[in-house]
Amino acid sequence: MSIIQIQHLYKTFGTGESAVHALEDINLDIQEGEIFGIIGLSGAGKSTLVRCMNLLERPTSGSVVVDGKEMTALSEKELRLARRNVTMIFQSFNLLMQRTCLKNVCFPMEISGVPAAQAKKRALELLELVGLAEKAGSYPSQLSGGQKQRVAIARALATDPKVLLCDEATSALDPTTTASILALLKDLNEKLGVTVVVITHQMSVIEEICSRVAILDGGVMAEQGKVEDIFSHPSTDAARRLVYPGGVSLEQYPSGTRAVRVAFNGGTAYQPLIASLAIDLGVKVNILGADTREIDGKAFGTMLLGLPDDPNDAAKALSYIRAQPNVSAEEVAYHA
Amino acid sequence: MLETIGAFWAEYGDVLIEGSWETLIMVTISTVLSYVIGVPLGVALIVTQPQGIRPHRGICGVLGWIVNIGRSLPFAILLVALMPFTRALVGTAIGVKGAIPPLVISAAPFVARMVETSLSEVDAGVVEAAQSMGASPLQIVRKVYLPEAMPSLVLGGAISVVTILAYTAIAGMVGAGGLGDIAIQYGHNRGVTSLMWVTVVFLIIFVQIIQWVFNWWSKRIDKRLDQTADTRKFAPLEMLAHFVHTK
Repeated sequence: MSIIQIQHLYKTFGTGESAVHALEDINLDIQEGEIFGIIGLSGAGKSTLVRCMNLLERPTSGSVVVDGKEMTALSEKELRLARRNVTMIFQSFNLLMQRTCLKNVCFPMEISGVPAAQAKKRALELLELVGLAEKAGSYPSQLSGGQKQRVAIARALATDPKVLLCDEATSALDPTTTASILALLKDLNEKLGVTVVVITHQMSVIEEICSRVAILDGGVMAEQGKVEDIFSHPSTDAARRLVYPGGVSLEQYPSGTRAVRVAFNGGTAYQPLIASLAIDLGVKVNILGADTREIDGKAFGTMLLGLPDDPNDAAKALSYIRAQPNVSAEEVAYHA
Repeated sequence: MLETIGAFWAEYGDVLIEGSWETLIMVTISTVLSYVIGVPLGVALIVTQPQGIRPHRGICGVLGWIVNIGRSLPFAILLVALMPFTRALVGTAIGVKGAIPPLVISAAPFVARMVETSLSEVDAGVVEAAQSMGASPLQIVRKVYLPEAMPSLVLGGAISVVTILAYTAIAGMVGAGGLGDIAIQYGHNRGVTSLMWVTVVFLIIFVQIIQWVFNWWSKRIDKRLDQTADTRKFAPLEMLAHFVHTK
């Protein structure tokens, strides 16, 4: 069942010559209980799109149906009620700095008129759920970035929403903290059944938790589908730019090139994969593009490798790569 | 030296104490009333601005004009121009009572701008977060803008109080009472320059104390700061108590 349905959504800022078309003819169907990713480079319109889902931005035209309600048709008051069902977390956490964590989590319940004692009890449960029960009396300034985001998540869950919108929620966090926040979101998705919409510019975030993804490029929907399909068969330039490291295009290589996209998901030690391929198998692969980094001695990132022409060598190389711990590999389609 | 001070105090001590008391009364009442008017004005300016939570070009424009006009009128002129109004309102245009209406009318627009500035420092993201949770504009004002801006509002309060204190000295020119009045009546009209300088010293001490107390208060309530060390230790009241005890 779809929980968010967006049809022919347009958003234009300004009028006349200076008008900026932030979103053009966006169509989306997000299913209840899934983790849906929206990815795009900065300026692609993803923050505007997510704000159209709770009407923080009013679409210029088009339809936004959330949990069966046409959001654009609601009055101010009805909209405020509907927003309790579609809550949001942010890149900069946006906690109230003059309130304790407990009071921050109580905030949405105060607004909706939950009695104080009941709100406090629920807030403590939520802090427990995000693993921060001991920080109830602390102020946000005393917390790390990851802890702040956990409080923000607890706060966003206070009104038992059906949808949690995450606007670049991990972009201000280091990779280890990002991983723990993503794990928490996945956990909450499974435990509470809350639908999660993740806005990000990082492919790794999509890869980590999303089941389906939409790619926004310059305000238009370039592609959408299952994450594994888009990763293995990106059919648009926008998708390839995001999926392939360094934005390489396979078209620049001779017809018949077989390529594999290798993702390093934080192996315990950085392995010189290419060298060991050559040494162990005697197979040489060509690095078409790479974007890897080592964090705390662990390898993260992606590489695009051109496989040898010999089908046997190619198959051997592929299975060798796949056998590595914490490495995933998908052969990617060549588009003639 | 001590004898001179003793003689001086014997002659003018009562005048100074009464003047200080009058100044205190004028400043306190005027500040409270200025905030009663200025806070809603400042809030309205923030809420109705184009990026505000309830944008309204008309209201924002008109309020902006009113505040600017109030801010442009020199206090000395306002003081004289308002005399008939003051008389009609409180029955007299002189003394502490007569000084308060012009003080409030002059300070309220100033306070409105101070409040507006403090509120504009509140992180737009936090306001957006409150909106995303379904908070109404009134709830956002009460639960986000005002509490989040409180340390800044308090610091602004020091500036407002000191400004009003300076206005009371000007009001002394038309017999408002208070330290300014003493400086003019004794220092200027009767040529007792020593007394004039003493009132100046009193005013300097007042300003120092006001700034000190408000700075401490702002730090004390600001949860963005580390509350463990300095702010408690340098509490003005505790320091004052310490001072009294050692004496």
